[in-house]
Amino acid sequence: MVEERVRVALFVTCLVDLFRPSVGFAAVKLLEEAGATVEVPLAQTCCGQPAYNSGDRESAKRIAEKVIDAFEGYDCVVAPSGSCAAMIRCHYPQLFADDPAKRARAEALAARTYELLSFLVDQRGLCRVNARWLRRAAYHDACSGLRELGIKEQPRRLLASVEGLSLSELRGAETCCGFGGAFSVKYPEISEKMATDKEADIVASGAQAVLCGDLGCLLNIAGRLSRLGSSVEARHAAEVLAGMAEDVPPIGVPR
Amino acid sequence: MQLQARDFPQNARAALGEERLQRALSRAPSGFALKRAIAVERLPEFESLRERGRAIKDETLAHLDFYLERYEENVVASGGKVHWAKTAEEARQAVLRICRSVGAKSVTKGKSMVGEEVGLNACLEANGITPIETDLGEYIIQLRGEPPSHIIAPAIHLVKEDVAESFRRAHDRLDAARSLEEVRQLCAEARAVLRPLFLAADVGITGANFLVAETGSSIIVTNEGNGDLTQLLPRVHIVMASLEKVVPTLEDAATLLRLLARSASGQEFSAYTTLSTGPRRAGDEDGPEEYHVILLDNGRSALLGGEFQDMLRCIRCAACLNHCPVYGAVGGHAYGSVYPGPMGAVLSPALFGLEGSAHLPNASTFCGRCESVCPVKIPLPKMMRHWREREFERRLGPRPYRVGLQLWAFLALRPALYHAVFGLLARLLGWAGAGRGRFRALPFLSGWTGARDMPAPEGKTFHRLWTERRRAR
Repeated sequence: MVEERVRVALFVTCLVDLFRPSVGFAAVKLLEEAGATVEVPLAQTCCGQPAYNSGDRESAKRIAEKVIDAFEGYDCVVAPSGSCAAMIRCHYPQLFADDPAKRARAEALAARTYELLSFLVDQRGLCRVNARWLRRAAYHDACSGLRELGIKEQPRRLLASVEGLSLSELRGAETCCGFGGAFSVKYPEISEKMATDKEADIVASGAQAVLCGDLGCLLNIAGRLSRLGSSVEARHAAEVLAGMAEDVPPIGVPR
Repeated sequence: MQLQARDFPQNARAALGEERLQRALSRAPSGFALKRAIAVERLPEFESLRERGRAIKDETLAHLDFYLERYEENVVASGGKVHWAKTAEEARQAVLRICRSVGAKSVTKGKSMVGEEVGLNACLEANGITPIETDLGEYIIQLRGEPPSHIIAPAIHLVKEDVAESFRRAHDRLDAARSLEEVRQLCAEARAVLRPLFLAADVGITGANFLVAETGSSIIVTNEGNGDLTQLLPRVHIVMASLEKVVPTLEDAATLLRLLARSASGQEFSAYTTLSTGPRRAGDEDGPEEYHVILLDNGRSALLGGEFQDMLRCIRCAACLNHCPVYGAVGGHAYGSVYPGPMGAVLSPALFGLEGSAHLPNASTFCGRCESVCPVKIPLPKMMRHWREREFERRLGPRPYRVGLQLWAFLALRPALYHAVFGLLARLLGWAGAGRGRFRALPFLSGWTGARDMPAPEGKTFHRLWTERRRAR
């Protein structure tokens, strides 16, 4: 593991902030255990993807500027989401392609921004965690993390070190779950079909739990699982890795 | 059957309820994807080939005028003729003129997406000329009066029972008691029916996968051999191609061919790869007396130099369709465009206008699988997003959604207000959902809760809890 301390700003993400604060606290715990000093800039809201992917480029740029203002001055920015991290890493520089000064700031932030699980493994050299969870679980690769940030092995490597946890692979592990932000409400029937296919793959894998690094996908998968009456639990992988899975019920299950 | 892109949501809903279509979709596109993965695995240099493919296409597009003129010179030098068609109508008229000049009564057709794009069959029929599709898939959908549902496998939406029914209806002079249960029997019947039609045709029309500037050749790839019969037997061969099909050299075409078959169907090479250069020369044993190329623009040159230029790299392999979860869910017809799937979501608004096809670039989760398999690395999600930007600028989207987005953006730019509002929302929803831990219905979110529960928030936002814990320390 890398020894030197880093000052990490946690990009909480709007979904974790609203729906599942426990993911944020799990991220803080993991980061601190990996030798980071974690701060949470209070001026943060959202990465701007809803505007960006809806074609409202101007709003996306204004939000991106706010994020850049709020997160400059830290060694690293870490988000418990591949989707939000990829927005900052891959898309912020493109937003300011025609403005060299802003582009330079966007690129500087992009270069220091990471998704949580890949940050722990690739930047902090974490190989194992101190956690125990007796489950058979499947990991769903969220699309942005997988294809824009190359996150595939890192979460599996960390999860493999959780005592009592056995991992099974999903048949369509790299197939989208049908969330896609506004897509899920604009084209609900198609989204439903994709989520149903995902549910079938999860059930076929024999897993008792489905884990993922993105809360968007998890809300979709958990929502479909519970609507179909499945008892498979859905969680952000960070909760399991931080040893906090027993502290909070699975997504969509009352306390 | 005439589906419209503007009805995409309704088309998609209907498609999701069609049992046979869903059965067909559960096998075919994913089958192509699997074969592609195996073929790619077996070629270590595939990634560098993709880079080469992209470079070839970019170089061609950067000097498209030069390569097109060079191509035309070489077609003329080999005895052929190029007909430049700015619009679909000009392309149809050019074909019609050639057909009339030889008094054509029937034309055989190899599969041509450009032919589909310009609506050639309807035009020929309206002018008393019988078009006969000879690609098996195209033949089947022609009998059914349907447009293709896939750019390389036009009848991929059908199961063999559908085909048997269509054959019984169309081939009504054959023994009604014959067995058509096996694919082999269906193929044999199509072959027997088509053979005399090949021989009787006056004109053969094919598409082109590539046009080679340095030789004036057109190249088609097929697996059935129907393309060869279409272009060799009749007196006249017409090639229909869009102008971005040109590549500088045979060497370039060979590179792209290595990408094409693997990306399309997981084959190393198609069963037939056929080069045509001009009409029959003195001493040739066969070949057409006339060789024409219809070179279609139809809005493509307007994409040069703009944010959609990369789309002109497309070599129509359909890998993006085969790997798209949305295409896999609803099939090609739901898109209501000749070009479905991710490549169609970018191309259709460019060719047919954004107003009527605005749904198509929206009907994507941006999962990015299309871009990851594209043999020429077209950034399809990025260009779909560009169309969404054009849609937003022109205020074409639904008003409630636009207003909601503006309201959300207003909040997102004001952190203090945002945290106050979302803190309240978290408490309200947390309180209301505490009993079940989820909602079966929510106002304004019926699209979500129609098929999914909405997990309830924990009650306090992260920011609130974080601030509380900091204070407590």
